[in-house]
Amino acid sequence: MMEYLPQVLFIVLLTAGIGYFAINVKKLARNIQLGKAVVINDNKPQRWTNMFKIAFGQTKMVVRPVSGFLHFIVYVGFIIINIEVLEIIIDGIFGTHRIGLSVLPVGVYGFLIGTFEILAVLVLVAVIIFWIRRNVIKLKRFLSAEMTGWPKNDANIILYFEVVLMCLFLMMNATDTSFQNLNSGNVVSQFIAPLFNGVSETTLHTIERGAWWLHIAGILAFLNYLYFSKHLHILLAFPNTYYGKLIPKGQLLNNEAVTKEVKLMMDPSVDPFAAPAEGDAAAAVPDKFGASDVTDLTWVQLLNAYTCTECGRCTSECPANQTGKKLSPRKIMMDTRDRLEEVGKNIDANKGTFVPDGKQLLGDYITNEELWACTTCNACVEACPVSIDPLSIIMNMRQYLVMEQSAAPSDLNNMMGNIENNGAPWPFNQQDRLNWTNES
Amino acid sequence: MSNTIHVPTMASLFAEGKQPEVLFWVGCAGSFDDRAKKITKAFVKILNKANVSFAVLGTEESCTGDPAKRSGNEFLFQMQAVTNIEVLNAYDVKKIVTTCPHCFNTLKNEYPGLGGTYEVVHHTQFLKDLLDTGKITIEGGKFTGKRITFHDPCYLGRANNVYEAPRDLIRKLDAELVEMKSCKSRGLCCGAGGAQMFKEAEKGDKEVNIERTEQAIEVQPDIIAAGCPFCNTMMTDGVKGKEKENTIAVMDIAELIANADDL
Repeated sequence: MMEYLPQVLFIVLLTAGIGYFAINVKKLARNIQLGKAVVINDNKPQRWTNMFKIAFGQTKMVVRPVSGFLHFIVYVGFIIINIEVLEIIIDGIFGTHRIGLSVLPVGVYGFLIGTFEILAVLVLVAVIIFWIRRNVIKLKRFLSAEMTGWPKNDANIILYFEVVLMCLFLMMNATDTSFQNLNSGNVVSQFIAPLFNGVSETTLHTIERGAWWLHIAGILAFLNYLYFSKHLHILLAFPNTYYGKLIPKGQLLNNEAVTKEVKLMMDPSVDPFAAPAEGDAAAAVPDKFGASDVTDLTWVQLLNAYTCTECGRCTSECPANQTGKKLSPRKIMMDTRDRLEEVGKNIDANKGTFVPDGKQLLGDYITNEELWACTTCNACVEACPVSIDPLSIIMNMRQYLVMEQSAAPSDLNNMMGNIENNGAPWPFNQQDRLNWTNES
Repeated sequence: MSNTIHVPTMASLFAEGKQPEVLFWVGCAGSFDDRAKKITKAFVKILNKANVSFAVLGTEESCTGDPAKRSGNEFLFQMQAVTNIEVLNAYDVKKIVTTCPHCFNTLKNEYPGLGGTYEVVHHTQFLKDLLDTGKITIEGGKFTGKRITFHDPCYLGRANNVYEAPRDLIRKLDAELVEMKSCKSRGLCCGAGGAQMFKEAEKGDKEVNIERTEQAIEVQPDIIAAGCPFCNTMMTDGVKGKEKENTIAVMDIAELIANADDL
């Protein structure tokens, strides 16, 4: 029986690792669905193309060549080295050792592992440069006000995870005597192996087993870390780019609830005092115009928030942020996620229903000052490598401020008063619109 | 410059039983702002010279509602939109040209959902088309060899992916087109969009138009070309703020073409 113990342990570890992740994925899906329902099933070919180009092909990452290139290495390394996980899982369940060798010719197996080893080194180098950019060079976009505390630690923890996983992978290969003796595929680990010269066979085997177990445990831990981290983008970038905005960036959706009201106002045949027909959902006035909390946003906007990996390209392109205003599009996304998490935890703690906590996204997370600093220039939307649209959240919240709270800055109230009264944002008479033709 | 311009209105043409090929949507800035009115006139001079069949709404035109919508006042925006759409549809308008990228964006993208579907072009696209079809010719004239940098209006560039039409026109002037470090899809906003034009900026350490003007000054242009009346105001103020108004001119593409032709 004892000989099966490692297999049993492995299956328990794997089941626990995947099971806990599945529970959190369910929670994630539930939280995203707290957003308003919108149906997105148009133009599927274009959506698949966008996902393929932007998420899979990283086309927007390389707009910034240095970070784009380094990220590409880590991304490719991550995907390809994970093929090795397949072998580890099979070995773990069935108690085999390097099952790949029994199904693949030595040359092919060696080629694969050799590729993984080279990628592991490249990933290590890239990750170390990333760490230096954040902690030594201190690039401006990693130092904004919202990047202190957990977000800063989160970013570094991800990098440490990757360093440890890559080192364990190389270590596991270097201390695997049978693999080293094959002399195929140990392109990097052959240079680590001599460090263990003179170490007894048993100790070497123990180190190899240790590295193997820690490697798979580390991968499962990393998988489960995702839900709590900005690193969720490695999964959500794909659906997020699929559901990204396809209409011109300048087009803001017309608020349909308002359209109904306006049509009623413009229609002379409507009796303004008539009671709405009972059960007529279409005639029902929405409980709120615009957004003051996460549940007023659409599920796509909430998916956006979970997808954000806090790279800050949006914020560094933002004209308001560049000139010292409080607005940071990245913070808008981070606040949205933080509040959504808070709402989700509230629901979990109260047996599935949200108990009002006296807080909301507007005011408790995002201030009016931030919202009014936006020039709606779409630089943040353009900059995002995974099709997040911070501007749509800003606009929905402005709608709430103006239509529910009449809380626009007084200058804007004057401007809107002018449009209402004389059809121009300035106090000029509409009858004077042609005066320019007679002026010299 | 000749001062005679011919500006028919939709109402007057309608009375004669005529229908112009294109409606020139002048916009609030183009109608009322002293600087923008010059752009309007320059564009009309080109239209007149090319014998374009056009008309304006004149006193029947009203704000598209763009600044209201960007301020969050969706009610006011939609009220403006449906009122304008009634007028436009009554005249059976098919094609609209406008010198303002904000009007352009709103008419083109946000009116169709409310019942107003038209072919909408920005004046730089329209001018490019006149050039391509031989209705106008452009020669450098006084702009030959000048360094010109083009400031991309957000609502023309990023918002609607129009980057080349204005640049093609500048190149036709035999001028040297120089690009700022942030240009095209990464062009920096002038600071006026999203109704910022009509309010004080939030607290910060700089004005956006100063930042953008500094980027323009870096490439040492003789002229900063713009394609938006609001950008024009912001950049003109920026150039004045940097005390460069004697060496750097801020001009709309329509003005460049009209002036090159001495219209």
